[in-house]
Amino acid sequence: MEFFSNFVDQFWPQTRNGLTLGSIYAMIALGYTMVYGVLQLINFAHSEVFMVSTFTTLFAYRDWFNVVAPASGVGLLVLLMGGLIPAMIFSAVLAVLIERFAYRPLRKRGAPRLSFLISAIGASFFIQYLFVLMDGQHSLIFFDLPNIAGPSPQTVPTVMETSTVFTVFDTPFSNKRVIVILAAALMLFVLDRFVRQTKMGRGIRAVAQDAEAASMMGVDINRVIVVTFAVGGLMAGAAGFLYILVLGVPAFWFIGFLPGIKAFTAAVLGGIGNIRGAMVGGLLLGLVEAYSVPLFGAEWTDVTAFVVLVLVLLFRPTGIMGEEVGS
Amino acid sequence: MPEAMLELKNVVVRYGGIEAVRGISINVSQGEFLTLIGGNGAGKSTTLRTISGVKKLAEGEIYFEGERIDALPSHEIVEMGLSQVPEGRHIFPRMSVRENLSMGAFSRKGGKALSEDFDRVFELFAVLKEREKQMGGTLSGGEQQMLAVGRALMSHPRLLMLDEPSMGLAPLFVEKIFDLLRKVHEQGTTILLVEQNAQVALQIADRGYVLETGEIVLEDDADKLLTNDQVRKAYLGEG
Repeated sequence: MEFFSNFVDQFWPQTRNGLTLGSIYAMIALGYTMVYGVLQLINFAHSEVFMVSTFTTLFAYRDWFNVVAPASGVGLLVLLMGGLIPAMIFSAVLAVLIERFAYRPLRKRGAPRLSFLISAIGASFFIQYLFVLMDGQHSLIFFDLPNIAGPSPQTVPTVMETSTVFTVFDTPFSNKRVIVILAAALMLFVLDRFVRQTKMGRGIRAVAQDAEAASMMGVDINRVIVVTFAVGGLMAGAAGFLYILVLGVPAFWFIGFLPGIKAFTAAVLGGIGNIRGAMVGGLLLGLVEAYSVPLFGAEWTDVTAFVVLVLVLLFRPTGIMGEEVGS
Repeated sequence: MPEAMLELKNVVVRYGGIEAVRGISINVSQGEFLTLIGGNGAGKSTTLRTISGVKKLAEGEIYFEGERIDALPSHEIVEMGLSQVPEGRHIFPRMSVRENLSMGAFSRKGGKALSEDFDRVFELFAVLKEREKQMGGTLSGGEQQMLAVGRALMSHPRLLMLDEPSMGLAPLFVEKIFDLLRKVHEQGTTILLVEQNAQVALQIADRGYVLETGEIVLEDDADKLLTNDQVRKAYLGEG
């Protein structure tokens, strides 16, 4: 029963880890689920929207703020905002560009669904390899490609010393985890209000429920789609920043793949198209992964995540909260 | 003759290679109650969808109050005061009745006028007031149709277009809906009604067009169409 006692011993620390990672998954998952809502399309390039925010964080700290040592007090606050805000903005811009160049031309021509999928995968590879090739060591026929990232992976300077803020059930919560969980909770709350209570949010839900009727009500569909991509981008951007902050991993061109596919899983788990479902699915997936560490070993977390997905879909094909587009 | 409020000139609409509408011309005057009747697949819905800008025309021109609208996106057409109750109602299923109605006012700005509009719609359709918080998808067909009409009225249309509002409804509800349309018309809204139920449509309308396989075959005052042999045979099940 070592297996079981391990789990009991690590229950609270893993719950903490699961909530941290899960709130990051939830933020990324929103982008998948909202875009699916308005376009019935899985935007596989969304993982690159996440990737770009990790590079933005890198630029912000390495090149703009020249961070050499962790800061504290007001200086730290400025650095956190100085990393978070550009990360969100750049990700939103990239998400909108993806919509503009990878999907809108297809939409205008009424292309079949499969074309969108191919375009999504193409956009994803294009952006990834852009970051591989723009390392100052590659050229395209006549001209040298600019060095925007340097050879991957690139270590992001640490802006914050880790310290324990409080302890519950003998489980210390570090300042970084607290920031991640609070920031994620705040953003998920704001997003939920935005979608439910603002006019634009109502427009997004209307397009998701019945696009043609929405346009007959005077909703500008294109504008709704752009806003949806932008909001998904803002969320993924914040997620990327928090991911780097809490895990301290370097920025590299492939960083979006696993969190992206996990967040997609979380969106499906919660019920694709369902905004609250994406939040629940993200948290749940984070927890499942964390609990699988003491149960099966860290090397099995990815396997466990997908086994759980398959099991849930076997019994609830529309996900936990149901596939309720636009509700 | 005064300038038409809505004018279609030789409009052709295609789906792929198939011509659904083959060069029709229609005029609707300010204050008129006009109906467009015809059988299944005659091109009636396509015509309305094209006017609303949901479907783009292949040839021809459409003018609303003298302005050309056939190239405009549908949300701009709604903003001009041209609103449609789509075929099959198209209620937002996971929005409350109230939210559905507020979607109707999406293209408008200003908050104060909005509550007056809610009052007006609730006065016309008392049942919607009772069901204000209920989800649109849980209403009966008749209630959904009322909601669809109420929603369209929220945009203050100068021209209200309805696509088969009687479809799938019990006779009692059909009567109710048409009574309401008469009321809305009396309050000054110009109406363009598309119907398969030619009998009721011609009884309520001032004037009508008969559409057959994408072409206008007849145009006359509604009471004259009601007694027209051709119409009686084809659409009123007589002769």
